[in-house]
Amino acid sequence: MNSLILIVILMLISTAAFIFGRKKALNAVNGKVSALHSLPGHYGWFSAVISFLPGLTILIIWFLFGNNLVDNFTLATLGGEIQNLSDFDRALYMNDIRNLAAQDAISRPVTEAMTNAAHYYLRTQENISWIFALSAIGISALAALFSIRKISPDLRSRNLLERLILIALVTCSAIAILTTVGIVSSLIVETLRFLDHVPLTDFLFGLKWSPQTALRADQVGSSGAFGAIPLFAGTLLITFIALLIALPVGLLSAIYMTEFASRKARAIFKPLLELLAGIPTVVYGFFAALVVAPAIRSSGEVIGLEIASESALAAGLVMGIMIIPLISSLSDDVISSVPQSLRDASLGLGATKTETILNIIIPSALPGIVSAFLLAASRAIGETMIVVMAAGMAANLTANPLEAVTTVTVQILALLTGDQEFDSAKTLSAFALGLALFVITLFLNFMALRVVRKYQEQYD
Amino acid sequence: MNIINVFEEDRMDNTPDEEVVEPIIQTKDVNVYYGDTHALMGIDLDISPKRVTALIGPSGCGKSTFLRCINRMNDTIPTCRMTGTITLDGENIYDKKIDVVQLRARVGMVFQKPNPFPKSIYDNVAYGPRIHGLAANSTDLDEIVFNSLQRSGLWNEVKDRLDTPGTALSGGQQQRLCIARTIAINPEVILMDEPCSALDPIATAIVEELITELKERFTIIIVTHSMQQAARVSEQTAFFHLGKILEFGDTSEIFTNPKVEKTKDYITGRFG
Repeated sequence: MNSLILIVILMLISTAAFIFGRKKALNAVNGKVSALHSLPGHYGWFSAVISFLPGLTILIIWFLFGNNLVDNFTLATLGGEIQNLSDFDRALYMNDIRNLAAQDAISRPVTEAMTNAAHYYLRTQENISWIFALSAIGISALAALFSIRKISPDLRSRNLLERLILIALVTCSAIAILTTVGIVSSLIVETLRFLDHVPLTDFLFGLKWSPQTALRADQVGSSGAFGAIPLFAGTLLITFIALLIALPVGLLSAIYMTEFASRKARAIFKPLLELLAGIPTVVYGFFAALVVAPAIRSSGEVIGLEIASESALAAGLVMGIMIIPLISSLSDDVISSVPQSLRDASLGLGATKTETILNIIIPSALPGIVSAFLLAASRAIGETMIVVMAAGMAANLTANPLEAVTTVTVQILALLTGDQEFDSAKTLSAFALGLALFVITLFLNFMALRVVRKYQEQYD
Repeated sequence: MNIINVFEEDRMDNTPDEEVVEPIIQTKDVNVYYGDTHALMGIDLDISPKRVTALIGPSGCGKSTFLRCINRMNDTIPTCRMTGTITLDGENIYDKKIDVVQLRARVGMVFQKPNPFPKSIYDNVAYGPRIHGLAANSTDLDEIVFNSLQRSGLWNEVKDRLDTPGTALSGGQQQRLCIARTIAINPEVILMDEPCSALDPIATAIVEELITELKERFTIIIVTHSMQQAARVSEQTAFFHLGKILEFGDTSEIFTNPKVEKTKDYITGRFG
């Protein structure tokens, strides 16, 4: 049975439960709604939810374990030689049976046993889907009847519904949290595997990054070096340049927007500035690589400086432009949340606008500005596209913005692009880098949140 | 009727002077518009120096707008337009030659809600003197801060914690801090926009007492919704209604013998 049809049937059952539940509640009090504990609709929803949930649960079990069940039944019918295979080979064999059943190409000659198994597989699949579907429908119908029977004027369906909504909300937030936990724990597991190949101190404090490992023992240039310092140095250099551009420009434009711009100018400039945030980073990337980097190089030639065509400066400049809207819109929010009464007080004492901004508004908004700065920094650290295109791949350990550097994100990209072995130190190092990056941005975000919280207390 | 009783108790102290004094502020035909709204219509008012003048009237009648014209705070509202003249010591404050910043140093303002800066008590009071360079050195500044806090009656309450935030004081203390901050720049005129509306009765009484002391040195114009307050603290009262002054005169006259029916209705609480 098709699962889509099943879902439709379950919905029909719960719709019916809604209608009958509502009707029963109304009939029980002869249409006098005020005699009911809750509104008639609440009784309807109560029945509908109670009847839908069991069916849904069975459906989910089917999706999660149905295929496994079919596989196991099929394997159980096969002869001893298959049973004796290793887990891995048995899984391959099962895979072939499944492909045969789906009439795909398979990796071994087709035997009669396999054809039989494929037929058995299809039959079992059909049967099991019917069993699940019918039991889902049956249980839903039973639940519908049960819930309608339960309905009486005293039933606190409104409160029960409230609790169900709470459960739904908790489930959704749990999904978000569990996903994060899952991602982080996979990072941690792979990082631990990486640390089997490379000592932690080499990774954290090593000054050389050259993640080439040998395929064969006698290969030349096979010793990989996994010192992450050059990558983090490059990341910090580019982030520093970016913030050097974005902080003053973003902050000052936010001040202009909130304190000086007329309503008309604000209506034009603010959307234009926020348009910057809408440009895909890949577009910034080729803008950096094709326009900014060559421009920097040729202007360097004019004054006799040799500048690499892929330079930290180009990437940092463009990244700075990219995060201007982030800084300006966050600062805009905090500056406009400084109470007007403070501006009035300062102006009323004969301070000029600039004195008011410097002495009152910026100090009052400072925590918010700092947190905007930290969020922008973590955005810049995690940015990939611009640096891939403009900063290059060479892991130079340098503080010179005119040289090519590389960043953590660029290296992760390079390590995982193309066909790679999944258990080599080279690929695993990507997870270690990812984890390190995660820890840094987490720390920055955490600091930003703490600063914001402190700031909120100030005016309460 | 209660109000009039309150007034009559104080009558002996408030006996209006008979001598003619030169007004410190004169307004002639002041009109203010917010966009299309005509908020003030032809206001003519003479304010006497070293007196308390109360502006009373129902909400939305334009008293705060008028007050904000006197230190040009309305300049900060983009849609606001003003015609007519206001003179301070005979000088038109809307003249092009007038520096708004200097004007506001001469005409201080205390706002409806206490609005201390999120700085220390000391820095709150020192803010104005620092901006205007009133203190040559830190001893001078200490002196100004001390005098201002002393005059606003706050010194004894805060002398041990001048470095704590002004925002941590109680509402009444905050408002007195704002008054101290204003008198620290030694203005000629202090505008008060319902300074007690956010305060409890005890804090209000303290601030009113302070106002009575301050008029020795400063000209005070106070907007208030409290008839008792106007009767207690002011020598002259202007009654605003729908953007016009319906009646202006000695407070004793206005409260005991209002000439206009509307004024009488308002001060006896029949509308407003």
